[in-house]
Amino acid sequence: MVEDVEDIVISTLSRFLIPFMQAFSLYVFAHGHGSPGGGFQGGCIMAAAFILIVIAYDFKEAKRRFSEKALLIYCCVGVFIFVGTGWLCILLGSNFLDYSILSKVLPADPVKARYYGIAMIELGVQITVMAIMLSIFLDLVTKGEHEEGLK
Amino acid sequence: MISEQFPALIVVTPLILSFFIPVVGWWRKSLCLPIVLAALSVCMVSAVGLLNMVQQHGEIHYWLGLWEPPWGIEYVVDNFNAYIAIIVTFMALAAAIYSKRNVEQELPEHKIPTFYTLFLLNVTGLLGITVTGDAFNLYVLVEIASFSAYGLVAIGEEGALVASFRYIVMGTIGACFYLLGVGYLYAVTGSLNMADLRVLLPPLYGNSAVQTSFIFILIGLGIKVAFFPLHAWQPDAYTRAPSAVSVLISTAMAKTSAYALIRIMFSVYTVDFILHYVSMMDIISWMSAVAIIVGSIYAIQEFNLKRMLAYSSIANVGYIMLGVGLSTSTTLGLTPALMHILNHALIKGCMFMTACAFIYKAGLRDIRDFVGLGRRMPYTCLAFILASLAMIGMPPSVGFISKWYLILASIDAHNYVFVAVIFISTLLMIYYFWRVIEIMYLLPAETRPGNEITMDEAPMSMLMPGIILAVLCFAVGIAWIAGVFSPIMDAINTTFGLGGI
Amino acid sequence: MFEYFISKYNYWMYVVIILIGFYAMMAKGNFMKKLIGMSIFQWAIIFYFMSISAKKGATVHIIGGHGAHTVVNAADFVNPLPSVLMLTAIVVAVATTGITLSVIIMIFKRYGTLEEDEITTPE
Repeated sequence: MVEDVEDIVISTLSRFLIPFMQAFSLYVFAHGHGSPGGGFQGGCIMAAAFILIVIAYDFKEAKRRFSEKALLIYCCVGVFIFVGTGWLCILLGSNFLDYSILSKVLPADPVKARYYGIAMIELGVQITVMAIMLSIFLDLVTKGEHEEGLK
Repeated sequence: MISEQFPALIVVTPLILSFFIPVVGWWRKSLCLPIVLAALSVCMVSAVGLLNMVQQHGEIHYWLGLWEPPWGIEYVVDNFNAYIAIIVTFMALAAAIYSKRNVEQELPEHKIPTFYTLFLLNVTGLLGITVTGDAFNLYVLVEIASFSAYGLVAIGEEGALVASFRYIVMGTIGACFYLLGVGYLYAVTGSLNMADLRVLLPPLYGNSAVQTSFIFILIGLGIKVAFFPLHAWQPDAYTRAPSAVSVLISTAMAKTSAYALIRIMFSVYTVDFILHYVSMMDIISWMSAVAIIVGSIYAIQEFNLKRMLAYSSIANVGYIMLGVGLSTSTTLGLTPALMHILNHALIKGCMFMTACAFIYKAGLRDIRDFVGLGRRMPYTCLAFILASLAMIGMPPSVGFISKWYLILASIDAHNYVFVAVIFISTLLMIYYFWRVIEIMYLLPAETRPGNEITMDEAPMSMLMPGIILAVLCFAVGIAWIAGVFSPIMDAINTTFGLGGI
Repeated sequence: MFEYFISKYNYWMYVVIILIGFYAMMAKGNFMKKLIGMSIFQWAIIFYFMSISAKKGATVHIIGGHGAHTVVNAADFVNPLPSVLMLTAIVVAVATTGITLSVIIMIFKRYGTLEEDEITTPE
């Protein structure tokens, strides 16, 4: 399945580490309100997990998981979640990004609804940041030509 | 009910629709431009609605997330904001309509959705700068607008990459200086809201941190507005950018940066501070006088038409800043500067549209090659002539009104050197615009039999915005004379406490 | 006189770092060096903001694990607002670095060199 592997130690270790890195990034995102963390930090760690695939294995492995178009779609989905939550608050009758009005659609009181609203926009931020960080890295590493792989 | 949400709608609609474009463009490319036009139409409706509401109800305060300022971010819209928002949305709409044909010619096929995404993100940033009332939010939106502009400029023709790199370096320095200024203000007062700073700062005017922060912000936003001698990135960036981008950034982006500068100078640091503690008004006036002369002299030695227009933009930014510098010593207040913001947007938009139409249709960049163009593309050349006459200042065009008011303001301030400067720059402008018209119409073209010059006009989607802007150059001039804009100008002067000398 | 330097050492440090970054941007002719200078410049400003949020004897601005059900004394905690503002500024710095690196790669592909005076653009 993987040919031309550079080093057996790095590839085996990264195969252990990458799932833990992804889980840790979700932990950092979920605890953003109470400890250091949040959307941007979680997204960076998630992108770092995929960059580790590119470093340890061939570039084609990463491209198999995320093509250029898929990254662009992820980025747009993330922005839709963020701005869509704000739009939902406008449609429900209050100001932009006023999450307390979300208590009309979510089963929570206005104070808890603010908490959920922040979690939703942090999710959008995480998806976008992950996609864009990975996209920047892939563009720089391949000098813009994704089909030819690492130079 | 929806009209209460206009301050948020005007920023959020282009933001969310700009991220629709890559998704839709992957599926069908011809849908990109209609989405752009739909977003800009919503923004236009919001901007006109905002001006209407401000005229009726006074200042609008919009709290993001319903958090009360100074703990939350606030959008404040008064007459000044609504006026600039209408200018920006109108010029963005004109640039979007104009962009249809030459984007297909200048860019590879698969990059067109990305181009329109960056275009709408730029408009998002500009409109956000216009409506925000929070100092740090202004920094974030300035950076959003600037990043999209860096990307848009880099797509252009030969030499665009180096021009974009220079723009990136200088633009980042400018934004970081602005951030430093805001940091000093925050360290001293503890607040980031513009209205709150206006209340908290007066006891602290003697503090050297506050004075230093003013200088930092002035230089930072001065780099963004290309105020001489901070203009070095501008000629290359305007010349090498693609056509629609030249139109957009030379009109909308420069005006928004000038708006941000005026807003910080007069709403956060009031007139009292600038006159008595920092004494910047004289320095701004004299630097803008130098900018006017130097910009015109640079323009004379250029034969590339777009580069000539870029240097002429430096001179016109000098006019705007001269109006700002004179605003405290005259009864007209900020009216000359605000006038020239609208007028220069119309004139420069029309000129860049015609210059890029010449490049699109005939591939001609150097004005010495324009021989016989008057017969080949008559309507485009007519638009160029109308815009040149407006720039030179023939009555009743907009350029005449701006220069008239600037001369009145200079006489009011008893400073006759500025009157001479305006006259000399008008003479220089007549020189470098008339030589283009002379080459286009009056020089005999070599026509061999069988090689007659036939009319080969630019396509309609590129021609109509140019003609409309050229006609508006004169129609808006008549509107200024008739006093259509006077209530807005009076309201703005009263808000800032100017014009009562 | 001496305490003027010692008591405000954080401001002197950030001034020195800004000037180093500024010198690199202005005086060096290589585009990569300009980018590194720009990065140093931006991080110095972030450093300044973080330094103004510190207080004597205060602790990190995180309320303990049991949640915010107790009354907190704001003076015991470091000012949290500059940290949050600097999250945004760090994102901006990262985006600037990303876009500048892309432009540098395209310049190298196009011109074959990264020295400013070797690149001649046509009129």
